[in-house]
Amino acid sequence: MSRRKTDEEYSKTRAYKFFRWLKGQTDYTPDETVMDMDLMIPISDATDTVERMKDRQLNIDSVYDENSNKMLRFFAVLYRVVAVMFCIVLAALLVYNVSYLPPVGDPDRPTSNEVPARYIEKGIEETGAVNIVTGMILDYRAFDTFGESNVLFVATITVLVLLRLNKKNERNSESDDAADDHIYEPGDDLILQTVAKFLVPIIMVFGIYVILNGHLSPGGGFSGGAIIGAGLILYLNAFGFEKTERFFTEKTYKWISFFALTTYCLCKAYSFFCGANHLDSHIPLGTPGAILSSGLILILNICVGLVVACTMYTFYVMFRKGDF
Amino acid sequence: MEMVRNIPFFSIMLAMFSGPVCSVLPGKVARKVNAAVITVVMIMSAVLLRYLVINGESFVYMMGHFPAPWGNEIRAGVLEAGMAMFFCIIMLLSVSGGIKKLYDEVVESKHNLYYVLVGLMLSSLLALVYTNDLFTAYVFVEINTISACGLIMIRENGRTIEAAVRYMIMSLIGSAMILLGICVLYDITGHLLMSNIKESVEVLVSGGRYPEPLLCVVALMSVGLAIKCALFPFHAWLPDAYGYSTVSSAAILSSLVSKGYIFLLIKIIYRVIGFDIYRNSGVIDVLFIFGLAGMIFGSVSAIRENDIRRMIAYSSVAQIGYIFMGIGMGTQFGMVAAIFHMLSHASTKSLLFISAIGLTDVSDGSRKFGPLTGSGYRNRIAGIAFAVGALSMVGVPLFSGFISKLLFAEAAVNLTGRMLPVLIVLGISTILNAIYFMKTVIRIYTPVDDSPYPHVHMRQVPLYAAVLVVFVILNVTLGVMSDFITGLISTGLEMFS
Repeated sequence: MSRRKTDEEYSKTRAYKFFRWLKGQTDYTPDETVMDMDLMIPISDATDTVERMKDRQLNIDSVYDENSNKMLRFFAVLYRVVAVMFCIVLAALLVYNVSYLPPVGDPDRPTSNEVPARYIEKGIEETGAVNIVTGMILDYRAFDTFGESNVLFVATITVLVLLRLNKKNERNSESDDAADDHIYEPGDDLILQTVAKFLVPIIMVFGIYVILNGHLSPGGGFSGGAIIGAGLILYLNAFGFEKTERFFTEKTYKWISFFALTTYCLCKAYSFFCGANHLDSHIPLGTPGAILSSGLILILNICVGLVVACTMYTFYVMFRKGDF
Repeated sequence: MEMVRNIPFFSIMLAMFSGPVCSVLPGKVARKVNAAVITVVMIMSAVLLRYLVINGESFVYMMGHFPAPWGNEIRAGVLEAGMAMFFCIIMLLSVSGGIKKLYDEVVESKHNLYYVLVGLMLSSLLALVYTNDLFTAYVFVEINTISACGLIMIRENGRTIEAAVRYMIMSLIGSAMILLGICVLYDITGHLLMSNIKESVEVLVSGGRYPEPLLCVVALMSVGLAIKCALFPFHAWLPDAYGYSTVSSAAILSSLVSKGYIFLLIKIIYRVIGFDIYRNSGVIDVLFIFGLAGMIFGSVSAIRENDIRRMIAYSSVAQIGYIFMGIGMGTQFGMVAAIFHMLSHASTKSLLFISAIGLTDVSDGSRKFGPLTGSGYRNRIAGIAFAVGALSMVGVPLFSGFISKLLFAEAAVNLTGRMLPVLIVLGISTILNAIYFMKTVIRIYTPVDDSPYPHVHMRQVPLYAAVLVVFVILNVTLGVMSDFITGLISTGLEMFS
């Protein structure tokens, strides 16, 4: 390995002069005076590394500053133009591709095969659910829906990881707490509170109705859960965290989603196991159309609804305040 | 039906179940639950693998009371069971090896959330391995993406959050492409079940119907999955995500997440599109060329790094390039080599990440090469493990990397037309690998006289040392028992089609 030259030695070499010339500090002629003293790097002062670092940072900043670097500005513009062009071309290709697909509503489409036929013809008989869509997602393809509710669960967990405040570090005393709440709490808005007083119970009852009737009429866990979540958020906006904390804390969230996902998992695991091993599951399907019918679907709908409602409310709280 | 056939279903359900359970437990208990679940799944997968090897044929498992095109279905063959077992081993080792660092870097109230993410990640990997239905695959791709974001940003500093945002954007573009591909494919075939789609695609191709949408599907799915596993031009998210996240996450991401997606791609090639149709589509050439480019450019970027973690991360780009080159060869040999390299890279890369953290810990936490000088003497077990990983990556005999390079070369010799580019790029890439890995090994074994940093003996970190020893044993096993393993891979591939 070659020995590194000291700065004094280095300043006498041709390479040093060449690089200084390249940076525009001196002319590339021996023994020329320095043109711009301000820009000169204090190379001889080797002890002053901090200054050097600062200088280096200034150089880097000036290189990456769009105002002084023409090349960079050009590339920034070019990058945007090419990106937009690329997106347009890609979109055009996809639209062009759609023109080759079978027309919508055509009875001879490949999608009108034996799969939807059985769902429509035998759906009620086999699942006991009058709402065929619910029968499909919670009985025929319940595994996918279990995955989907786990997507919601893992999304909430990720939001908790990102946004939940770490109590010990960031919030010190109760006065801080109060100040926080004051910033994030809405003012006592009389109009909002009066409207919420009437609306929230109705929204809640409607949400519960949508969930419980998921197997009979359009709706189900996902939509009903979203309605309940919206009701909770409205209540929070009107009356503030002090009131919601009485019944909904992080513990509530944890235990509700644990309970819902566990129930879903156990119910479906039982049913999958029975189905795959050709055992009778002994789950009565009931009369189609009655509220207590269609086997496990009602329970699964309630579980999905709970998970969705908790997810929505938790998202709101996390983005709003970072803590329950 | 024999009880052993329930194993794929039990492993997925158990892993998914561990997520919500860990969310209500305190961190210490959650860790034990998580480790127990991974171990149980690993043992079950081993039993299943043994059963399948003896039995000699794959089986499908009906999820529920309704048969396949109506209900859900999963499928198990030798390759699936083997992958599931391997993923569990690597996951257990990665989590245990980085556990000390995890406690340092993550606030205590969020420890249990980490195990939730790990459990759901495992379940999604298992489901991607076992699934026989494209839509199920998509649902679990989503779980995989979101939990990977969580794993990256749980360290909660600026760099990791930025990396997670980048990862999320790139990865969601990939997901969107996969979803579009599935939609178009459903539109022209009317099925979501893999075996039914394959039959329909064969009919479509022989009848000459819908050639343009089919090409579009192949392109969308391949590119979408290539973005998700960081094939060369889409690797911009990778160095930050692997370089700054906590070490267990880096090991899991580099050695498992990308492998899950590659396995899904192989599954799509064999069981959805059909190998011959895929080979004739032209997309395979694109993958081949980008694979070759990745092998060179990934290594060049790694040489330029002055940060050990980022260097290892860039090396991943090169290794993913190898795998895609193997897939792009379009032959059975190439595919076997690619799958073997998946195993080899998974075991080596997690070893490198975990041993690198031991080296940086005895160098005042600095990841630059200057302070790392002589760290191999300060933490001997980490130094030895890193050297083993580096030698394996370069392709020294006895280690797994040698076998995969040999398999790639053998596959190339059987190839007409593409032999020369493969061999030349393989040679160049090996030299480039040697440059940056040997540089690092020499650096960590350069003695320094008066080091201000502490020494760590392996008795002080028993779990960490044990993990590294198991990793080294795994690596040597892959290298020594390669005939047996490639035999299993070929059997598994035959079961695929």
